Amino acid sequence: MEKEKKEKAPEKAEPKKSSAIGRRDVIKTLATVPLLGAMAYGLVKTRKTSFLDRDISDVFPLSNKDAVFLQPSAEGKKIRVGLIGFGIRGKQLMRALGYAEPSYMDTLVKAKETNPDDTRYDVFMEQDDLNVVINGVCDIFDIYGESASLTGSNINREGTAGKFGPAPKRYRTWQELIAAPDIDAVVIAAPDHWHGTMTIAAAKAGKHVYCEKPMTWTVPETYLVRQAVRDSGIVFQLGHQGRQTAGYQKAEEIIKNNLLGHVNLIQVCTNRNTPNGAWVYPIIEGSNPTTIDWKQFEGDPERVKEYNEYMKSFRLERYMGPDQRDKFSLERFFRWRCWWDYSTGLSGDLLTHEYDAANQIMHLGIPDSATSSGGVYFFKDGRTVPDVLQTTFEWPERNLTMLYSATLASSRDRGKVFMGHDASMEVSNILSIMADRDSERYAEKIKQGIIPTDSPFFTYVPGQSKVDAVTSATELYFAQRGLLYTYVGGKRYDTTHLHMREWLECIRQGQTPSCNIDQAFQEAMTAHMGTRAYLEGRTMYWDKEKEEIIRGELA
Amino acid sequence: MTPIVISKIVLLLFHCNRININITMENNYSKAQISWLVILRVFIGWHFLYEGMVKVLNPYWTAKPYLMDSQGPFRTMFTDMAANAGLMRYVDFLNEWALVLIGAGLLLGCFTRLSCIGGILLLLLYTFSHPSFLNTEYIMPFEGSYFWIDKNLVELAALGVLFVFPAARIIGFDRFLFRVLPDGFRKFVI
Repeated sequence: MEKEKKEKAPEKAEPKKSSAIGRRDVIKTLATVPLLGAMAYGLVKTRKTSFLDRDISDVFPLSNKDAVFLQPSAEGKKIRVGLIGFGIRGKQLMRALGYAEPSYMDTLVKAKETNPDDTRYDVFMEQDDLNVVINGVCDIFDIYGESASLTGSNINREGTAGKFGPAPKRYRTWQELIAAPDIDAVVIAAPDHWHGTMTIAAAKAGKHVYCEKPMTWTVPETYLVRQAVRDSGIVFQLGHQGRQTAGYQKAEEIIKNNLLGHVNLIQVCTNRNTPNGAWVYPIIEGSNPTTIDWKQFEGDPERVKEYNEYMKSFRLERYMGPDQRDKFSLERFFRWRCWWDYSTGLSGDLLTHEYDAANQIMHLGIPDSATSSGGVYFFKDGRTVPDVLQTTFEWPERNLTMLYSATLASSRDRGKVFMGHDASMEVSNILSIMADRDSERYAEKIKQGIIPTDSPFFTYVPGQSKVDAVTSATELYFAQRGLLYTYVGGKRYDTTHLHMREWLECIRQGQTPSCNIDQAFQEAMTAHMGTRAYLEGRTMYWDKEKEEIIRGELA
Repeated sequence: MTPIVISKIVLLLFHCNRININITMENNYSKAQISWLVILRVFIGWHFLYEGMVKVLNPYWTAKPYLMDSQGPFRTMFTDMAANAGLMRYVDFLNEWALVLIGAGLLLGCFTRLSCIGGILLLLLYTFSHPSFLNTEYIMPFEGSYFWIDKNLVELAALGVLFVFPAARIIGFDRFLFRVLPDGFRKFVI
């Protein structure tokens, strides 16, 4: 001790001059270095247990590919768009095109001011410019029509105090809009009973079509629409924006790689529990027989004839009306989805989204048969379409059933689940895969304790997930709460925006959109089979050769 | 006003007088004091280094979920950061390697004061992102119950202590660096 002190003494007084380093100095300098060895041991062990032992690439081969979207061409021409229908969906589609109502912009700005976490304004402002101009709008309700025209002039995405561009022409009839020479492409957001007629007319006029789902209201027009689109060679996109969900492309790969084993049951659901979710929309102030062109609302006489003939020939009058078609009704105008006279009910409105997702992921095509049941069990507001509906579709050649189960009066979340012999996959914005405890494919890994069976073993979050290892508890925790969510290439995208972008790019680049006329035909026929099965109370079959819906015997 | 107050507090907390700068003070500490200062430094260094290395060794690690779970007045800043994929590459890289370097620095007693400052800054960032306010809920559960003061802040205070008691000049690489590096390094580096 004494010696040590002596040694240090000069250093203390003149630290700079003393450069002699003794053994004790070396020891004191390097005293804690051995701890690095202990740390290294811990790290090697950690890496082995937490990382290498989670490797499942041998039984779960999956590529690292992220979702691919058709990218805009650098020098695409400006597309001149016309919009038919500026109701709830029409407004959303215009926003997806980059045109929002000034009053809506005011709301977004205000929302951002009061709540900094409300990013809707920023997301909308950052949304890509799709290089389109709105040259014409049409709505048979004056307030919507005027609003659509103003919205089409909101080229700078501004609020009510903003500077606007030239206003698009407001057409009184959709026929005039389609005939306009300064319109290349038409967006159809009219009620269901107009979709087919408008698409056919637009196709015949050589206008490209983005049509909201479902493609058609009656069965006969479904063939006509397909024919018209094929003959004209226009670019047709049906409005199932789910096609742009990044996770669906990965789900398709998972099915293709047979990672779920044989998928024998698909469960898809609608779980809503609000008046709005049940189509009881607000009645807008200022609506009356003078501001609404009811005659046009009634529908295309040919379609109405097809509808009436079908309903009457199968004694389904109880599902018609109850009001006369020519009787003005604000309820029927704003809440048309509640009546078969204009609507396709749950089948056309919501089942179609679910079916289209399953069709994209598994390439199902039109089912062999459909059976439905349900009723108006909660919203006893005079509606004729059911608010609870179950439809079962069969694909015997694929050894597969799809169950669609819907209620508009309970929001208990039941996911979109693909059930296979080895694993089941729940599909939302993320994919969550749970191994089956009786799986053969994963038996070894389950036995080794690498793959759990009481929680998902693999969760795919677009652009984020590693694909060769079991998802850790933390990763799962965040993924399940949807925190890691659709940022494509670091940018947040609205799927409807991407879906319209794809349509516009296909027009520019001469390509075919993801929800093209063949997919749309399958969607419409599948929905019609479900609807007819419900209305007629018997199983509907699909004759593949004749491409016809065949009735089963009544029980 | 606020910047002046903050700078005054920083000066008060980290001001080092001449004696402190120029001598090792080996004689001024008791053995027990040196021992505990070294133990504290090694423990914090060990904690930082391991946290950093685990992240460096895991190619898929990202701070994104943690940042998206941010609360408190700076929440938007952190969630915006998490939403920016380009920026996150740098954030992740800086966080991983800052943890490693600070951890190694403390463990070895090498550039200890600099490591203390770095550690305090990192812990401040974590605290801003995940403050222990009443009624804030985090998806990632904390392992205890905290009100304002959590373990990050305790560790932060401990780094402050290590900064003003630079015992690495006695036990640690700084013993050597203290001799060979110019005086200018002593105030904030070793």
